[in-house]
Amino acid sequence: MFGLGILSGLLIVPLVGAAFILTLRGDGDAVRSNACWTALVTTIATFLLSVVAWARFDLSSPAFQLIENHRWLAETIRFKLGVDGFSMPFVLLTTFLMPFCILASWASIETRIKEYMVAFLVLETTMIGVFVALDLVLFYLFFEAGLIPMFLIIGVWGGKRRVYAAFKFFLYTLLGSVLMLLAVIAMYWDAGTTDIVALLQHKFAPNLQTWLWLAFFASLAVKMPMWPVHTWLPDAHVEAPTAGSVILAAILLKMGGYGFIRFSLPMFPDASTAFAPLVYALSIVAIIYTSLVAMMQEDMKKLIAYSSVAHMGFVTMGLFTMTPQGIQGAMFTMISHGLVSGALFLCVGVIYDRMHTREIAAYGGLVNRMPLYALAFMVFTMANVGLPGTSGFIGEFLSLVGAFRANPTVAFLATTGVILSAAYALWLYARVIYGRLEKPSLQGIADLNRREIAILAPLVILVIFYGVKPGPILDSFAASTDSLIQGYQAAMSLTKTAALPLH
Amino acid sequence: MNPIVTAPAFGPALPEIILAVGVLVLILFGAYRGERSAALVTIGALALLFVALVAVLILPASRTITMGGSFIVDGFAKYMKLLVLLGSAATIALSTDYLRREGIDRFEYPILILLSTIGMLMMVSANDLIGLYLGLELQSLSAYVIASFHRDNLRSTEAGLKYFVLGALSSGMLLYGASLVYGFTGTVAFPGIATALRSPAETGVVLGLVFVAAGVAFKISAVPFHMWTPDVYEGAPTPVTAFFSSAPKVAAMAMTVRVFMGAFPNILGQWQQIIIFIAIASMLLGSFAAIGQRNIKRLMAYSSIGNVGYALIGLAAGTAEGIQGVIVYMAIYLAMTLGGFACILAMCRRGVMFENIDDLSGLARTHPVLAFCFAAMLFSLAGIPPLAGFFAKFYVFAAAIRAGLVTLAVIGVVTSVIGAYYYVRIVKIMYFDEPQAAFEPMSAGVQVVLAVSTFVVLVFWLIPAPLVDTAAIAARSLSAF
Repeated sequence: MFGLGILSGLLIVPLVGAAFILTLRGDGDAVRSNACWTALVTTIATFLLSVVAWARFDLSSPAFQLIENHRWLAETIRFKLGVDGFSMPFVLLTTFLMPFCILASWASIETRIKEYMVAFLVLETTMIGVFVALDLVLFYLFFEAGLIPMFLIIGVWGGKRRVYAAFKFFLYTLLGSVLMLLAVIAMYWDAGTTDIVALLQHKFAPNLQTWLWLAFFASLAVKMPMWPVHTWLPDAHVEAPTAGSVILAAILLKMGGYGFIRFSLPMFPDASTAFAPLVYALSIVAIIYTSLVAMMQEDMKKLIAYSSVAHMGFVTMGLFTMTPQGIQGAMFTMISHGLVSGALFLCVGVIYDRMHTREIAAYGGLVNRMPLYALAFMVFTMANVGLPGTSGFIGEFLSLVGAFRANPTVAFLATTGVILSAAYALWLYARVIYGRLEKPSLQGIADLNRREIAILAPLVILVIFYGVKPGPILDSFAASTDSLIQGYQAAMSLTKTAALPLH
Repeated sequence: MNPIVTAPAFGPALPEIILAVGVLVLILFGAYRGERSAALVTIGALALLFVALVAVLILPASRTITMGGSFIVDGFAKYMKLLVLLGSAATIALSTDYLRREGIDRFEYPILILLSTIGMLMMVSANDLIGLYLGLELQSLSAYVIASFHRDNLRSTEAGLKYFVLGALSSGMLLYGASLVYGFTGTVAFPGIATALRSPAETGVVLGLVFVAAGVAFKISAVPFHMWTPDVYEGAPTPVTAFFSSAPKVAAMAMTVRVFMGAFPNILGQWQQIIIFIAIASMLLGSFAAIGQRNIKRLMAYSSIGNVGYALIGLAAGTAEGIQGVIVYMAIYLAMTLGGFACILAMCRRGVMFENIDDLSGLARTHPVLAFCFAAMLFSLAGIPPLAGFFAKFYVFAAAIRAGLVTLAVIGVVTSVIGAYYYVRIVKIMYFDEPQAAFEPMSAGVQVVLAVSTFVVLVFWLIPAPLVDTAAIAARSLSAF
């Protein structure tokens, strides 16, 4: 239709829903319920559309598929969309989680629900855009555009220190990203195009690669977030409303990893090799240090936020091992973490809606009154720890295998993070769920209602399913991983032969 | 051929002539009808601007030089003239309601705007130093009067006086520089100067160049010649401030480009450092000084200083891409600044205008649409994609990197993040803070300007080609390329 394909559809459908909600007038209950239902229907429609896209996607090919190409800023800066094995899973993850976010906000958002839903739908468009953009400028556009709705979500519907958190989130990410913008421009003048497919074939001079790599790193490391530029994340997570935290942890953080795998590794292979030790070091610090920090948190959301930083350490470590296992493990960790951390924030949201506090000390003995909740929370806690049989295990294990092949010391240090993650996650679970139900405020707490079961049950099933049968996810990016590694090795052997005459 | 008996071709100056004749008719009409004619004169002025706009559109696109070489029409001039005319028309649309409320709705107001507009069109088309000065003075003198248009208001008269004294000083500097350039090259025509100058230029020429640069820097309110801007912006009536920050700024930037690329393209190395310094200083001051401002008009003054700094990045590059960047920047800046001032003009409760940024608190609840439009303007000024302001910055940064000015580009993006802080802080006040009493409904003129500029800012990323491609053609029409 109008020369637009299914990926454009994924971008347009949420915007149409948002536009429809904007036309609603008034503030009454009817408008409220209309806004919620519209948002839910829109996100489900988007999900179904992305499933259609998935069905048309050929898993065996590493090439970009479902391509759309229109003239945009210039002949060489085009409105180009497409997906490959790396981006398709993220598109599905995004569209899959959005309905849960809408459902989670159904009762907990009390004011300005229309604007809230509009912000979320616009955010969905920008997130999908990041993953389907096949032009660097277009990618940057979506990458940054997401800041506006997220800034408003944290600032308008957030907690007590929402203004501080919103500003910190906004300015931190913006400062990192503008340097990437300059790198994008430099790549444009060097290669004459911003088409990602063409740039993947372009060979940048080693000296230029170093600068470009650093500029991209400035942006992606903040987004990821890597230690020591992670400090915006705990603030943003704690202050954001439940659904905002889910999106932050599950999708926005993955943009950093996606950026590494899409740009840094294949386009700047020499620089990636040179900087790999730096990334290892930062990843190890993130894994060990933030795990220890997580252990001492008194706020549940903050604890999960720090655990996210630690898990992202596994991702960066796995990516820069440049082994098939490492990259597959990093990809799998990102998908799994998207499900698990999203689900953990939803779990926190469930009890926050009842008690309006996130203090760990305010809870205890919930298993006595909320057995279903305890069950769901346990599954996600185990997945967060990386227990075999849950999706968390596969990713961490593969990342560690990859790391071991590349550098056993790194693997050894990272493995201690697995132990630490068990410590903080299980300790959190013990303090909140187990023990005697002594606190008077908890005596009347109710177990999951039907809406909450509908939110958590699919996630429980998926986390266990992918833990037992990781094939469907691994297959989706297997071909792309192979082609990435081949390209990398070709570039490396080229550099080696070029360096030989010097000796 | 004897130039005394041969009349020059007036065709290329058709828009200016239409405006000039029309202004004279309107003055007579106003003088005859007296004070009650303000509304009719306003409508007449808008109609004149529209006719002039059509006249600009039908001008030939190829380069035409007339009036003994002092007047040039090319793609660049046409593009900038369109922007100037749109800016002036929007200002008049923004003004009517405000002037009536303040009791200063006199027929001289639209006439002065028109006179100033004629001056701006001449500035854009000036092809020698004399023509440039004539246009500049016509524009400035009208502007001094409008600044103190609220003559019973102390702040307004102070603004006018300050503007006049400092403006006269800068005109003097410009003239002094122009005379030095004339003395060393023997001609006032830009092409003649360009052929006479070879790098490295003599010291006298460089001295003249510096004085000319100081004069134009004053007109575009670039650091270090910006001191008048915050005071004049704050003191002048708000629609006049909107005017100062829109059309004259576009015209002055066009003039700057014309002077440097028309007369001094061969000694790029001599003036590039000046422009780089001015750009960096403007961006830094624009972003840091605005942080402490509480008055929104003062804040917009610093914002305009910063924006000029970004636009100058394109000129510093000295390439066709750079000039394209300047053109795109000024076009988008025009939409953003007019939209921003439309929002400021909506800040009125019970007949009193409010100017403090805290008066905007909770605007998202009391006026969701206005708050949305203002937020779009502010995010766009901060340079957040997908809003138009991002592309404005994108083109100038792209040109700078291509020209090897990486440090300049890095400073530019970093200051844009600092600038984002104070823009976004206004969004915070509108969206996060508790609401106050509602404002009065907007006048029709304000609504139209706000709607159009919001549309441009929001939709630009979907259909950028019309603006960007024509800007590229306009940039290449300059004689330097």
